[in-house]
Amino acid sequence: MLVPTVVLSGIGLLSGLGLALAARAFAVETDPRQDRITEALPGANCGGCGFAGCGDFAGAVVRGDATPDGCPVCDQETRRLVASIVGLTVQDRAPQVALILCQGGDDVAAKKYRYNGLASCASAALLGGGDKACGAGCLGLGDCQRACAFGAVEMMPSGVARIIPARCTACGQCVAACPKDLIKLVPAEATIHVLCSNHDRGPAAKKACAVACLGCKKCEKSFAEDPRIKVADFLAYIDYEHVPDDPALAALCPTGSLVYRGAAAPAAERTSS
Amino acid sequence: MKFSGGVHPAYHKDTAGLQIEAMPLLHRYVVPIAQHLGAPGKVLVAKGDRVARWQPLSEPVGFVSVPVHAPTSGTVKQVAALPHPLGRPMLAVEIESDGEDRPWEGLAPPADWRRLESAELRRAIQAAGVVGMGGATFPTHVKLSPPAEKKVDLLILNGAECEPYLTADHRVMLEQAAEVMEGLGLMMRVLGVTRACVGIESNKPDALEALRRACPPDVAAEFTLLETKYPQGSEKHLIYALCGRRVPPGGLPMDVGCVVQNVGTAVACLEAVRDGLPMTERVATVTGAAINVPHNLRVRVGAPLLDVLAHCGGVTPDVGKVIFGGPMMGIGQFDMDVPLIKGTSGVLCLRDDEAARFEGGPCIRCGACVDACPMGLVPSAMGLIAERFRFEELGDWHVLDCIECGSCAYVCPSRRPLVQHFKRGKAEWREILDGRRAKAEREAERQSAAAKA
Repeated sequence: MLVPTVVLSGIGLLSGLGLALAARAFAVETDPRQDRITEALPGANCGGCGFAGCGDFAGAVVRGDATPDGCPVCDQETRRLVASIVGLTVQDRAPQVALILCQGGDDVAAKKYRYNGLASCASAALLGGGDKACGAGCLGLGDCQRACAFGAVEMMPSGVARIIPARCTACGQCVAACPKDLIKLVPAEATIHVLCSNHDRGPAAKKACAVACLGCKKCEKSFAEDPRIKVADFLAYIDYEHVPDDPALAALCPTGSLVYRGAAAPAAERTSS
Repeated sequence: MKFSGGVHPAYHKDTAGLQIEAMPLLHRYVVPIAQHLGAPGKVLVAKGDRVARWQPLSEPVGFVSVPVHAPTSGTVKQVAALPHPLGRPMLAVEIESDGEDRPWEGLAPPADWRRLESAELRRAIQAAGVVGMGGATFPTHVKLSPPAEKKVDLLILNGAECEPYLTADHRVMLEQAAEVMEGLGLMMRVLGVTRACVGIESNKPDALEALRRACPPDVAAEFTLLETKYPQGSEKHLIYALCGRRVPPGGLPMDVGCVVQNVGTAVACLEAVRDGLPMTERVATVTGAAINVPHNLRVRVGAPLLDVLAHCGGVTPDVGKVIFGGPMMGIGQFDMDVPLIKGTSGVLCLRDDEAARFEGGPCIRCGACVDACPMGLVPSAMGLIAERFRFEELGDWHVLDCIECGSCAYVCPSRRPLVQHFKRGKAEWREILDGRRAKAEREAERQSAAAKA
């Protein structure tokens, strides 16, 4: 009993010593600042910064290949901390949230053909842009959901994706994943949105989807001289910096493509924090 | 020589005995500007313009670009994004016919191809808007302009027509044999080659005989009856079957000294030079169990699908799918307002029970697709990778060599949508390659900047 114990412990001690020596002899020199930055970062390795993960991004910041505010996920405090580690300062940035600019589920939007291929939006989009009659519509096969590292995208039963604002970190992975370019990052405090991306003329847009923006300009005209919502190419655009927090504005829209998602909206629909 | 792989689908060449019939003049045509691979031309007409038959509606922009021409005389109703066989609306010219079918005065005078230089012939072929009529619609004058360092010594005339159901090329070879062979001679002159091979599948011996009889004495052509096997008409496989040369991965036929042209293209080239006529019509097979009166139709480019079907007695009530092209590689249509274009070799109308809609199952590793793949790829492995979105691994499996012939999906007992996986996979892999190239360029730029500093 004694002999095996001693032999095994001896082997263990010798191996440990070998490892300790090897660790010293072959140590990889890293900038200590890189480790401190990695520690400060969220650690989700989402790739929203464009690098392979948090460690890679930290290395890039230290080398000067990335700016300290390059992490779209972390809050202002963390950004300042990261900047201070490399002796820089960062500008304050308004928090953002992703928004899917389509609400054309199967209940309101027409389909042009029956799709029965691979359940991925990018694959469906190769077949004439997808099965939605609207050329700009959400295909509902969840590429954005798969791309999200934070579980912030939910697929509605109607077959259209929706962002859960409380979970969204604005990393932008869903923006890149959507083959229809339907996802945008918008200011988190914005309350009025145009949830449509269709540039067709009114009748064509209406035929394809009941909740499409028709380009009727009712919203644009509600502003006397200085429109904060402008219609260009049959689609309304919002000037997010100046549009008022006013539920009545959304009520003007005949199709419901202009929506109010602020504090006065039902909790499930709110996008503003 | 026989290539490995390939499949033997039921051929259904039921229309092989039907003479080509000219489609009567319609009162409306929709002519898409983009009917070829390459840059779409610049539109030359506007709403309200009067146009004559064969008048150019667009002009090419750049070398890999061809014009389109008016299929009849009439008035331009609109120039707008209209339904296109590829699935999304594209810029097209809608013409309301005036019934006169008045020819354009600006047509090139008839010429003798035996007296023209190859540059002049090439120019005439481009001006006539001739594209490959096998279905890929690559501009013909580009294929006939190999760069100087690529020595081409063999022109191959593709009369394989390996897609089931289609008989348009078969009828052209029977009824226009002399024109096909003259066209072949013309293209040989453009390329400056002295040797040509004609490859025809063994289910069309009459076509081979007709071409052999019609061959002019000054056109040196060899005739070969090939095994009837899909995809015998694929460029790479046809070349191998006829002369044993293997096109390298990622390469073109001209890398092994060959140029392949379809029989319909030969006729179009001849008409462009001999008669000065642009390409405004083609022969298309309208067939399938769900069409009342199958036809081999000479149809003007831009004829709306609905009118073509109506001319063939309409579709039966149990129609389930309408496909442009053959059942293996054709494109399903969902809008009956799309026009037939230069690349439309057929309109296949399948009954609902024939157009089975498969739910793909899991791969059972049986290897049937590996045996069937004519390119020697491993579709089972590539399908599993693509299904998991691990596109960066697809390069190791040579996904770009896939010719999308569908042999793998045809034999798959699990009904996996393999071709769809590979179409997506090819697009994603190309994007990955582009990204890497851009990154390498940026890196090189930075290093050279650093070296200067």
